[in-house]
Amino acid sequence: MHVSDTEQKDFLLAVEGLTVSFDGFKAVNDLSLYVDENEIRVIIGPNGAGKTTVLDLICGRTRPTDGSIRFSGQELTGMREHEIVHAGVGRKFQNPSIYEDLTVFENLELSFPRGRNVFGALFFRRDAEVRDRVEEVAELIFLKDHLDTEAAILSHGQKQWLEIGMLLIQSPKLLMLDEPVAGMSVGERIKTAELLNTIIRNQSVIVIEHDMKFVEDIAHRVTVLHQGKVLSEGSMERVKHDPKVIEVYLGH
Amino acid sequence: MQSPMHSDSTFFSRQGWLSFVVLAAILLLVLPAAFDIFRLNLIGKYLTYAFVALGLVLCWGMGGILSLGQGIFFGLGGYCMAMFLKLEASTPEATKIQSTPGIPDFMDWNQLTELPVWWQPFHSFGFTLVAIIAVPALFAFVIGAAMFKRRVGGVYFAIITQAVAAIMTILIIGQQGYTGGVNGITDLRTLLGWDIRTDDAKLILYFVCAALLLGCVLLAQAINISKFGRLLVAMRDREDRVRFSGYDVSNFKIFIFCLAAAFSAIGGAMFTLQVGFMSPSFVGIVPSIEMVIFCAVGGRLSLFGAVYGALIVNAAKTSFSESFPELWLFAMGGLFIAVVMAFPNGLAGLYREHAEPWLRRLLKRSVARPAVAAAANTAN
Amino acid sequence: MIGDYTFGEFTSILAMQGFAGLILFSVFVLMALGLAIIFGQMGVINMAHGEFMILGAYVTYICSHIVTEYVPGLFPVYFFIAMALAFVAAFALGVLVEWGMIRFLYRRPLDTLLATWGLSLILQQVYRSVFGAREVGVTLPDWMMGSIALTDMIEIPINGLFVMALTLIVSFAVYFILFRSAWGKQVRAVLQNRVMAGAVGINTKRVDALTFGLGCGIAGIAGSAFTMIGSTGPTAGQLYIVDTFLVVVFGGAGSLIGTIASAFTISQAQSTMEFFMSGSMAKVLTLLTVVGILMLRPQGLFTLNIRR
Repeated sequence: MHVSDTEQKDFLLAVEGLTVSFDGFKAVNDLSLYVDENEIRVIIGPNGAGKTTVLDLICGRTRPTDGSIRFSGQELTGMREHEIVHAGVGRKFQNPSIYEDLTVFENLELSFPRGRNVFGALFFRRDAEVRDRVEEVAELIFLKDHLDTEAAILSHGQKQWLEIGMLLIQSPKLLMLDEPVAGMSVGERIKTAELLNTIIRNQSVIVIEHDMKFVEDIAHRVTVLHQGKVLSEGSMERVKHDPKVIEVYLGH
Repeated sequence: MQSPMHSDSTFFSRQGWLSFVVLAAILLLVLPAAFDIFRLNLIGKYLTYAFVALGLVLCWGMGGILSLGQGIFFGLGGYCMAMFLKLEASTPEATKIQSTPGIPDFMDWNQLTELPVWWQPFHSFGFTLVAIIAVPALFAFVIGAAMFKRRVGGVYFAIITQAVAAIMTILIIGQQGYTGGVNGITDLRTLLGWDIRTDDAKLILYFVCAALLLGCVLLAQAINISKFGRLLVAMRDREDRVRFSGYDVSNFKIFIFCLAAAFSAIGGAMFTLQVGFMSPSFVGIVPSIEMVIFCAVGGRLSLFGAVYGALIVNAAKTSFSESFPELWLFAMGGLFIAVVMAFPNGLAGLYREHAEPWLRRLLKRSVARPAVAAAANTAN
Repeated sequence: MIGDYTFGEFTSILAMQGFAGLILFSVFVLMALGLAIIFGQMGVINMAHGEFMILGAYVTYICSHIVTEYVPGLFPVYFFIAMALAFVAAFALGVLVEWGMIRFLYRRPLDTLLATWGLSLILQQVYRSVFGAREVGVTLPDWMMGSIALTDMIEIPINGLFVMALTLIVSFAVYFILFRSAWGKQVRAVLQNRVMAGAVGINTKRVDALTFGLGCGIAGIAGSAFTMIGSTGPTAGQLYIVDTFLVVVFGGAGSLIGTIASAFTISQAQSTMEFFMSGSMAKVLTLLTVVGILMLRPQGLFTLNIRR
């Protein structure tokens, strides 16, 4: 235990030997992945490569059949979803998952990390601290002027930002974003890339993305998944020229 | 810029207070003035169902958890109260013709010779009051914890609660020596020596019931506008997002289910006091699902709607079964279908869509006639 | 209590109770098969399922009357006609209900539950207005009445055997229709991906209506079988609906084998316990056990672990 702690000290997230099988089908197969502090890691891969499943496994939505997930010294496998969130892992879903009936302000407020148990929620007060923090995050996600807008009428890109904001307000150490720029205009993509580059002063980010231009803009390192396994890993440049990757993914 | 949404609404909005005052005026002034004690007692009985409907608004309307077993909790509350009253009515003097004096009559008829141990604590009024809330809430906690911790919800939860309601009825009817069987616990007379069968007592009990109901409305509204209320709706629509924002979703569901159970139980206890008996016919599948329709007719998202829904449906039921008993099931069946297919937000939804805009226009035209608004509001 | 009987007597009791359980099992299976199709394949909660069963029972009752009145010569075989008619009647009503109500509610399962409950109330009142509140029974042809003596202690009633044979046939037919026929493939395709199924040319609306009708029709057959072991009243269906739902959920919705196995377990448990305690306590214990197990294993007994 102690030994492995010192071994993995440098990594924020260390995934080792991760396997999950659904009735014999191994969606993720003996996968290992290490993410540094303040790193932006992009996971790419063809459809069905197991990208989303990896995020599901890390955030506890799916239970692994085998393997370990260590996150800043804590073992995540076996922890419940909300405990993993409390440990500092935030997760954005593939389709924007926000509370459509509520305003942008209320969406962010519900994600504010206080009053997260039953009685805390009953006696939660909207004080200056909450208001300041919500406004601060809203500014970061370009929605400062839309605080009182009902989330349902935001544009698709704005919804994506809002969900990212709902993660940011929790100040997680690791953000996991599943296709954050899907459905965004070019301008919105550039702003999102800016946003991610601002964020990583304090936190690490794992992104699943198909948009290669965007990947090149943000990625520190790229992991290519194929059939539940790591096919290649390294800088975008290196991955792009890896013949194995070209074969299964980039080259048509 | 600080908009009203933006600042924390510490309690009710202005409109919320207005609706509350109107409801209070109807329950405490209009109805007692308009009806004789016999009808008022009936209304008091209907109001006991409003407690259940109120719980269902929180649990089903807001939280998306449909319980088809609210009769269980209504019954548990009612039986707790009935057990206390029955023990008080079964003094050795009053029951000296029995072969075992001092125990409830139905026990004697079923050849029981002493009071069962679990009946003993119901000699104490304090214990009974605690039990009325605690027993149903605890039972709801057990069901809720078992189901919600395993992520069982939706129709599965509905079916399981319905099955539990069925089990409960069969058990009560089957164990008649301990429960009074199919007739229930009847012939209740006094509460701490105070005769509950007189007109005066019925009037007082009506006001107690109405006041308790208003208290529960306030409590429910307080929850509704707290962060808890927003979380409930969020959980109903985006359970995973709430979970991955660091909330233990199951705890919230358990809490609201227990609260709904406690509300129902208060209703049940008030039912026993006002009607003078409690029987398994208020526990099983049919009464439980009828309670859902009270809530649905009033509007599953409206606390005030739930109260009006319970009143209106029950009043309709009484007048129908008095004049056209064979039509009642048609009407009830039609109501279930209509409320689902034609107006899913119930009376409250109709009010908001049709009456409110009209009202607003009216108010604009003549600001100096607030009485009209109050009168029209009663239609909510 | 077991000590009062000799070993031989005891096994005979078990066999007799087991057989009584088998008849209950047959009605359960027929009811549950229909529900398993509607709930398991379509995800619709049909609380009026019991009333569809009772429709079948009343159709059988009407047939028995008409045949004795007008064509007594057909009496020995009328039951087969009645059963076919029961299926047709329940099927037709099912298609009508799907068209008029269910199809608007596919995305709102809890609302379907309430609406079909309303439907069940209306049907109950219709039955009461038409047939009266009193329970009615049918006269069985003579050949169905007797029983076969296996040993001098164990007797098997012929109508019981008949019901079981019928159950077997219907179960195989359902299995064949759903899992071996082209139409069944369409049903499952619609269930798994409505949009894609529509896109490849399946008439999803027609499939929905026919699937719902089929489920209801099987309930009608169940009703026909039900007349042999009990009398029919307007609210008799309501007594079975919760049990049937538990059977389906317990077996794991969507699994026919699971449905049959769970119907067997529940009916056998109940009828065996009924011998040793009062009927109501046997039922309470059975239901409690089922609910208890469902709380521990909410997905039912026979559900596969699928990718979410």
